[in-house]
Amino acid sequence: MAALDTYTGPWTRREAAHLVRRTMFGLRPEDVTTALAGTVSEAVDKLLASSPPPTDPIAYTNSGAVTAGNEWMKASYDSGTDAQRVTFAQSWWIDIMLQQGFTLREKMTLFWANHLATGSNTVKDARYIAQQNIYLRANAFGNIKTIVRDITFDPAMLRYLSGNTNTKKQPNENYARELQELFTIGKGPEIQPGNYTNYTEADVKAAARVLTGWTDDATTRTAKFNAGNHDTSDKTFSAAYGNTVIKGGKDEAGARREIDDLLAMIFAQPATALFLVRKLYRFFVDYKISETTEATVIVPLADLLRSNNYDVKPVLRALFTSTHFYDTERIGCMIKPPIDLVLGVVRTFQPPDLFPAEKNKMHWAYRTLRKTMATAQQDLFNPPNVAGWPAYYQEPFFHEIWINADTLQKRVKYTNDLSSDGYLLDEAYEKSYIDEIYAASLVSEPGVITTLITEWAFLLFPVPLNDSQIEACKNVVLSGLPDYEWSVEWGDYVNDPTNDAKLQPVRTKLRALLRFMMGMAEHQIC
Amino acid sequence: MKRRDFIKGTAPAALLPFLINGYAVSAYRPSPLLQALEQSACDDHILVLIQLNGGNDGLNTVIPLDNYALYNAARTNIAIAENTVLKLTNEVGLHPQMTQMQQMFANGQLRVINGVGYPTPNYSHFRSTDIWLTASDYDQVIETGWMGRFLDYQYPGFPENYPNPAMPDPLAIQIGSVISGGLEGPKANMGMAFTDPTTYFNIVNGRTPVPIGQRAGEELDFVRKIGVQIEQFATPVKAAAAKAKNKSTLYPTAKTNPLADQLKIVAQLIAGGLKTRIYVVNLSGFDTHSYQTTGGAGSPTPHGTLLSQLSVAVNAFQDDLKLLGIQDRVLGMTFSEFGRRIKSNSSGGTDHGAAAPLFVFGTNVVSGVLGSTPDIPTSVSPEDNVPMQFDFRSVYASLLKDWFCVPQQAISDLLYRDFPLLSIVKGGSPTSIFDEVVDRHAGLTVSPHPVEHSCTISMNAPQGAYRMSMFDGTGREIAVISEGTTSGGAMQLPYTMSAFSSGTYYIRLQHSKGVAMLPVIKQ
Repeated sequence: MAALDTYTGPWTRREAAHLVRRTMFGLRPEDVTTALAGTVSEAVDKLLASSPPPTDPIAYTNSGAVTAGNEWMKASYDSGTDAQRVTFAQSWWIDIMLQQGFTLREKMTLFWANHLATGSNTVKDARYIAQQNIYLRANAFGNIKTIVRDITFDPAMLRYLSGNTNTKKQPNENYARELQELFTIGKGPEIQPGNYTNYTEADVKAAARVLTGWTDDATTRTAKFNAGNHDTSDKTFSAAYGNTVIKGGKDEAGARREIDDLLAMIFAQPATALFLVRKLYRFFVDYKISETTEATVIVPLADLLRSNNYDVKPVLRALFTSTHFYDTERIGCMIKPPIDLVLGVVRTFQPPDLFPAEKNKMHWAYRTLRKTMATAQQDLFNPPNVAGWPAYYQEPFFHEIWINADTLQKRVKYTNDLSSDGYLLDEAYEKSYIDEIYAASLVSEPGVITTLITEWAFLLFPVPLNDSQIEACKNVVLSGLPDYEWSVEWGDYVNDPTNDAKLQPVRTKLRALLRFMMGMAEHQIC
Repeated sequence: MKRRDFIKGTAPAALLPFLINGYAVSAYRPSPLLQALEQSACDDHILVLIQLNGGNDGLNTVIPLDNYALYNAARTNIAIAENTVLKLTNEVGLHPQMTQMQQMFANGQLRVINGVGYPTPNYSHFRSTDIWLTASDYDQVIETGWMGRFLDYQYPGFPENYPNPAMPDPLAIQIGSVISGGLEGPKANMGMAFTDPTTYFNIVNGRTPVPIGQRAGEELDFVRKIGVQIEQFATPVKAAAAKAKNKSTLYPTAKTNPLADQLKIVAQLIAGGLKTRIYVVNLSGFDTHSYQTTGGAGSPTPHGTLLSQLSVAVNAFQDDLKLLGIQDRVLGMTFSEFGRRIKSNSSGGTDHGAAAPLFVFGTNVVSGVLGSTPDIPTSVSPEDNVPMQFDFRSVYASLLKDWFCVPQQAISDLLYRDFPLLSIVKGGSPTSIFDEVVDRHAGLTVSPHPVEHSCTISMNAPQGAYRMSMFDGTGREIAVISEGTTSGGAMQLPYTMSAFSSGTYYIRLQHSKGVAMLPVIKQ
C-alpha cells in the first residue's frame, strides 16, 4: 500500500485522537467523538470545511478613544495604547483558538503565521498585525500563490521586511531574500559562493528591483505605489530560473504584473512545491524526513500541490487521510509546541477560572496564558525572527528546540500550577485550578482507578502507558492500598457529594494524579 | 564540644525559670537573641517520617501485657502468643518479629507513645491520611500540610529565591515518586520527590512493552534526559549521594526491604551534607483486612513481616547514622493513618480503627513508654476502638518545639491552636506524669459503676487547665463533661448518662501534666 493511499486500517479512538491532536490544540473529548462519527475521509473533510469568520478584536478595557467592548481596528493609530492593543489582539487570538470547533483552520492559521512570519515589535501597529491574522485565517486553506502574493502587499509585511523602504535608488533586498529563502523555494546547497542551487544572490537583487516602489498606507492599511520609486528596467534572473527576464512595468498595474511574473517564475520551480510540502510536513507530522518519506510522501504531495496550482487543501486532505499519517511511527513523534501545551490543557479540562464571563477578566486570563506560551518560547505575533520559530527549520534539532533545561521547568511549572500549586492570573489574586471533579467526569468510570488513569492518559498522552507507569500512577492515589479503596472513596463522595469530608480527599488524590501525569515525559509529546 | 551541644547546654538555663509555669505560651517566646541561638542550635536537626500506609494494627505491634487476657479474648484468631512477645516493660511488649527495635528500646533509643489518634476517627484511608498530614480536626479541611507550614515558617518566601547559599538544598525530600501532601506549603509544595538519587525518574522511565513508535520513544528519551538535567536541586542531591557511602552492615539485601532501601538513601544524603530538614519515606501493606498473620488475599505480606521490615530498617538506619557520625542530628518517627479495631474479624484480619501507638527513635529521644495500654472491654464488639490518649498534634507540637526549636506562639499558628506538649526529645518539654504513673486511670473514678442513669465523676487533676470529655467505644468525642482551670486537688462532678445507649464509654481527662482515661460501662 502506498504511503499516500487513503488509510483503511482500524478507525478507533487512537487514530482519531492522533488526527485531533495534530490538527487542533490538545484534545477535547468531543472532537474525538466527532471524528469517529464518520470515516477518516469524512472527518478530514469536516476539518477542512469553511466556517464563518470570527468577529474583529475588541478593546477589553478602555483604550484611548476606544471604550471597552468596542472594536479598534478602524480607529486611528494611537501610539499610547498600541502596545495594549497588541495584547488585545493576542487575547482575541487565544480566544479563537480556545473556542474553536472541529476545524483545522486555527492550526493552519498558526502555520501561516509561522511560515510568513511578522512580529508586532517591528510592525508597531496592532491594527496591521490583527489585519494580517484575519487575512491568514480567511485564506487558511487557500491558494499558496495567492497568499504569498497578497502577503507581498500586506502592510505589516511591508514594514516588517523593509519593503516600504525598497526603492529604485536604494534597493532593499530584505523581502526579496526572505521571499525566496523562507517563503517559497528555499535555499538548496551552496554550490558556488552566492549560488544556492535554487537561486543566487543576483536573483535576490533582481527580485528586490521587481519589488521596488511600494509602501504601506497607515490610513487605508493597504499597500501604496509610488511610481517614482519603482525600478522600471527589465530584470534578468539566473540560470536557476532559466535566465528568465521580467519586463519592467511603468505604472502601478505594470509593477503588479511584475510581481505576478516573479511569483509565477518561482512557483514554476519544482523545488518550491517540495520546500512548502516539507514545511507542512514538519509542522504537522514529524521533523525527521527519511529518504523513504521524501520519496513516498514529500515528492508525491509536491506533485499534487503543483497539479492543483498550489491550492493547499488537496494536499492537506491527502496528508491527513494517508496511510502514512496513521502509522504507529507517526503517533507521538512530535514535541508539543508551547501553544499546544498551554491551550491543550485548558481545552481538555476547561478550568473554570480561565473562562470568566466578564471580558476584562477574560483578558487577564488569556494574557496570562500568552505569557506562559511566551516564556516557553512561542509568543503570539512575535516569533523570534522572520524565519519563524526555530523548531520548524533549525536543523538538526527542530522540535527538540522547544525543550531545554529552562523551558521544561516552565512547562512543568505550568501544569503543576494548574493542577495543584495554583495558576495565578494577571491582576487576579486568586489562584486558578483545574476542577478535578470535572476532569474525572470526562472518564467513563472514574471510580475504577485503572480506568481513570488510562482514560486520562488518553486525553493527555499520544501513547499508552505501560504497566509499570500505570502502577506508578496508581501509587500516587493509593500508596500501595488495593485498587478497591479508590472505588470506595469515590463511591463515598458520589453518594454524598456536598460533604466536604468526602469531597476533599478525592480532590486531593485527583489533583496529585493530574500533577503527576502532566509531569510525565509523555505529556511533552503529541 | 560541638557547637550545638554548647548551646543546648547553656540555653536551657536561660529558659528554666520560665518553665515552672507549665505550658504558658509566653514562657517560650524567646528574645531575638535567644531565638537566633535556638535556631542555630536546631538548624541541623533532621526529622525522618516513616509513613506506614494502610493503617497499622497497633494492638499487634505493641502488645498490652498488662491486659493480655482481654487482648487475647478480643482477637483470638490473630493474637500474639504471650510467651513470644518481646517485653519492653511490665505493661507492654513488641511483636516477636521486632527484635531489633526491642534492642533499641533497651539502648534508650526508642520512644513508644501509646494511643495516638484524634477525636472522632475517620475510617477512610484518604481522609484520615489527610487529617494526619494536614494536622486538621476531624471535621476541618486544610489544604496545606503541617510540615509544609513549618518549612514555610522556617524558610519564608520559598520557592522564590531558592535555592540560595543559606539553603542550597531541597527543604524536604520524599523518597518515592510522589511528594507527600504533608509537605504542601502555603505557596508551593516544599518537597522534592526522589526515587533514587542515581536513577531519578526511573519509575516513569520503564521502557515500554506497549506498542509505541520508535520516533515517539526517541522524543520521550530526549525529554527525560532534559528532565533529569534540569531538576534544580538534583545536582547537590546527587553530589551528596556521591560523597557519602553507607557504613552499616545491617541493611538487608537491596530490594528485599523497601523501607531499608529508602532509609539507606536518607542516611547517605544526610551524611553527604545535605541541609534538608525533613525526609519522608513509606512502607505500605498495612491494610490487613484478612490473613493478617499468615499473608494471603487482602494482606499479601503478613503483618509480622512488615513489622520485621520496619524493625530491621530502623535499626540498620540508626546503626548507619552512628557509624556516619550523624546520629545526634536525626530523629525518626513512624505514623499511620489509623490503627485497627480491637476485635479481629472472622477473616483473620482487622478493620479500619482509631488510635494506635507510634514510635520515635534516635539518640535524642526520651526513652521509655509514654501513656498506658488501651482499655479493652470484656465483651468487645466489632465497632470498639482503641480510644485516643494523645492527640497526634501533641506529638507534632512537641517535635516542633523541642526538636526544631519553633517558638510556642509559632507552633500555635502552625497547628492552629495549642496542644499539650509531650516528653519526647531529651532536654525538651517537662516529663509528664505518665513516665512514672502506672495506673492508667490516675485521678479518675466513677461511682456507682456500672452506670445506670447518673453517676459522680471524681477527678484529681494538678493545678492548671483541664478538659474532661466523653468518648464512645468507636472513639468519637460525644460530649465535653467539664473544662476550665483548677487550682488542683479533688473535684466531684455529677453526670447523667441516661440518654446514652448501653455500652462501653471512656472518660478522657486532659490536664496540665498529661492525660488520664477511664472506661465506663453504661447499662
